[in-house]
Amino acid sequence: MECVEEGGRILTICNACRYCEGYCPVFPAMESRPQFTRSDLYYLSNLCHNCGECYYACQYAPPHEFAVNVPQVLAQIRLESYRHRAQPRFLAGLFGQSGKLALAASLVSAVVGLALSPAYGANFYDIVPHAVMAAIFGAAALLVTAALTASAAGQFTGMPKLNLPALARAARSILTLEHLSSHGAGCTYPGEHHSMARRWFHHLTFYGFLLCFASTCVAAWYHFALRRLAPYPYWSAPVILGTLGGAGLLAGPSGLYWLKRRRNTALADSSQDSFDVTFLALLFAASLTGLLLLALRQSPVMRPLLIVHLAIVLALFVTLPYGKFVHGIYRAAALLRYAIERNAGRQT
Amino acid sequence: MAENIFESDVAVIGGGNAGLCAALSAAEAGASVLLLESAPAEFRGGNSRHTRNMRTMHERPMGALTGSYPEEEYFQDLLRVTGGHTDQNLARMVIRETSPSADWMVQHGVRFQPALGGTLSLARTNAFFLGGGKALLNSYYHAAAKRRVRVVYNAEVTELHIRDGVFESGIAMVNGVPAVFRTRALVAAAGGFEANLEWLQQAWGPAAQNFLVRGTPYNRGTVLRLLLDRGAEPVGDPTQCHAVAIDGRAPKFDGGIVTRLDCVPLGIAVNQHAERFYDEGEDLWPKRYAIWGRLVAQQPGQIAFSIIDSKTMGKFMPSVFPPFKSESIAGLAAALGLPPDKLACTIANYNRSVLPGKFDPQSLDDCHTTGLTPPKSHWALPIDTPPFFGYPLRPGITFTYLGVKVNERAAVKGIRNVFAAGEIMAGNVLGKGYLAGFGMAIGTVFGRIAGREAARGVR
Repeated sequence: MECVEEGGRILTICNACRYCEGYCPVFPAMESRPQFTRSDLYYLSNLCHNCGECYYACQYAPPHEFAVNVPQVLAQIRLESYRHRAQPRFLAGLFGQSGKLALAASLVSAVVGLALSPAYGANFYDIVPHAVMAAIFGAAALLVTAALTASAAGQFTGMPKLNLPALARAARSILTLEHLSSHGAGCTYPGEHHSMARRWFHHLTFYGFLLCFASTCVAAWYHFALRRLAPYPYWSAPVILGTLGGAGLLAGPSGLYWLKRRRNTALADSSQDSFDVTFLALLFAASLTGLLLLALRQSPVMRPLLIVHLAIVLALFVTLPYGKFVHGIYRAAALLRYAIERNAGRQT
Repeated sequence: MAENIFESDVAVIGGGNAGLCAALSAAEAGASVLLLESAPAEFRGGNSRHTRNMRTMHERPMGALTGSYPEEEYFQDLLRVTGGHTDQNLARMVIRETSPSADWMVQHGVRFQPALGGTLSLARTNAFFLGGGKALLNSYYHAAAKRRVRVVYNAEVTELHIRDGVFESGIAMVNGVPAVFRTRALVAAAGGFEANLEWLQQAWGPAAQNFLVRGTPYNRGTVLRLLLDRGAEPVGDPTQCHAVAIDGRAPKFDGGIVTRLDCVPLGIAVNQHAERFYDEGEDLWPKRYAIWGRLVAQQPGQIAFSIIDSKTMGKFMPSVFPPFKSESIAGLAAALGLPPDKLACTIANYNRSVLPGKFDPQSLDDCHTTGLTPPKSHWALPIDTPPFFGYPLRPGITFTYLGVKVNERAAVKGIRNVFAAGEIMAGNVLGKGYLAGFGMAIGTVFGRIAGREAARGVR
């Protein structure tokens, strides 16, 4: 509750100033609200891309006595909004604990996997039978999707009526990360000077993730529809998609981590470091073990590598609804709401 | 002691818009430049920190600027606000140079944006900086670093050695330790004296202690005083300052834009005896708010209160401090510390004299009073619908008019190698009144000239 009050105090100052109006959607969206309720602040906090531009431009930033620090307070409110909307409710406390959860899940599944799987095998399915793999990950995927859908549903309550131009507009914002470019100059991250680095590293991460997801879908189609069994040749679609995606997930998260380490701490919410880093580390580790597995799938280390890779992917799965991954859903919903409001504003 | 001596071709005193424009121009003309900023890095930039636009001449739509704003119209606007207190040659030069200066600004990292919400009346005349004045300054400091301008913060100039009308060296207290700077030319861009309440007291008496300073606490007029004492020719009325009425709860310094209150014309304004003292609805607020600083300064205790009811609440730009609020006039009087009977009487008198009309806060409407002294000429609605709201008002000083006289080369009259830019010489062209975004025009144009001319002298 505390950060929501502080957010209200700060945005009251912003609303009387408005110098940052041209930077990003947060400020026009703020100006169109008569007061700042908790749900307004949740919305605005998820609209914020944490670029820092408004902090450096602020005549009231600390050490000014008004101590206006929009990126920091919105980061705090954003985490609270995740927690507030998390489903099922009794797991909401896992926000902020995703590092421990990931570690526990990967360790337990690695130990169980090593204990139960046969010591030798010619291919993946000799070690972990396809049915077992599909059952475990299928069940995890179902639970994770249910939890994510239930918590994301809160984002859409009170959402104005959807229309196609708004949907297209929001899709553009999401897919291009236009709000990390500050009208082409690049955003003020990690420091005061404009840079496109964060946008490009995020693109590598996001599209890497999508390519890996596509690789998995194609592989499932091969397996179930075409009855073609893994391992697939190097020039097959699942391997090419997975390798490209994996490369993105090595470069993207390491770049984002490298930038994060250089971030000006004055405007960050440092209590969220482990929250952010856990997701980056899981993506990186899943990709690294996956690529190693591809390279060494004929060698004796295949078995431990496979178990470790599956353990990490499982940990990535179970932490999805309670970790940094949700920012994608919440921000997409906020951008969609903004696009609809903006469209409506134009028509009136 | 070697580290306490600075030597370069040009020293610029003041790290606001004018100082940075001068430093950049001097560096680009080939001079080595030292910039002395009296504030710490976090508060650098003087009053430019609080600005947001520059009034810019243009013959056709230019960037975010709509329509055209020709030289003659700009000049007539200036003549109107100054009542002729302007050097017409310098004024026309500033006006004409704003157009090319806008391009120069973009080349040095400044970004422009369309007029902000609530400022559409300025969309044609004023070019808004994306992110405001501090973002503009950040761009300039970045550009200055690239051009090897040496910036020293916490450096307050305390002495200038000027012999036979020639500047030789100066002393600055850098983090409290004296340092000598020896340069071949000097650009004074150190602002006015509006943050020096003792100096203001000379003209305003003890009332000055109750003034709030809207901008930087570092504009203490030290450099202005030194130049005038060492032979620079003065310009502008030494007693006058530009002051507006702002929220009385604003900080003593640096409250900036958010402390403004736009509700005055929509209600009534009373002093601490709960008496009205001026026609609140004389004209549209942007044309009147500049006289309200003086009006409030003339009231006992230098305080006044704007009172509105729930009919007009929300019909003006939101302010940063919440209003005092009560269901009754007596309750509001208690909250504001006003005599309740007197306030009730003032409001009753006012309400009785209000004639019916069609209320429109955007134009000079026909809602006015009859038989009331002072009258209220527009936007007069009875104050009768609770809850009632009150805002305290105090004079907020923006800038002072006294400066050093310069020529079209920005050279200070009376000292050969000293140039001036910004508020310290603004009185040459803005001897009276106020024109939104003109201060940045003067600072940018004269800053560029001063830097170029200072560098020319040393080559």
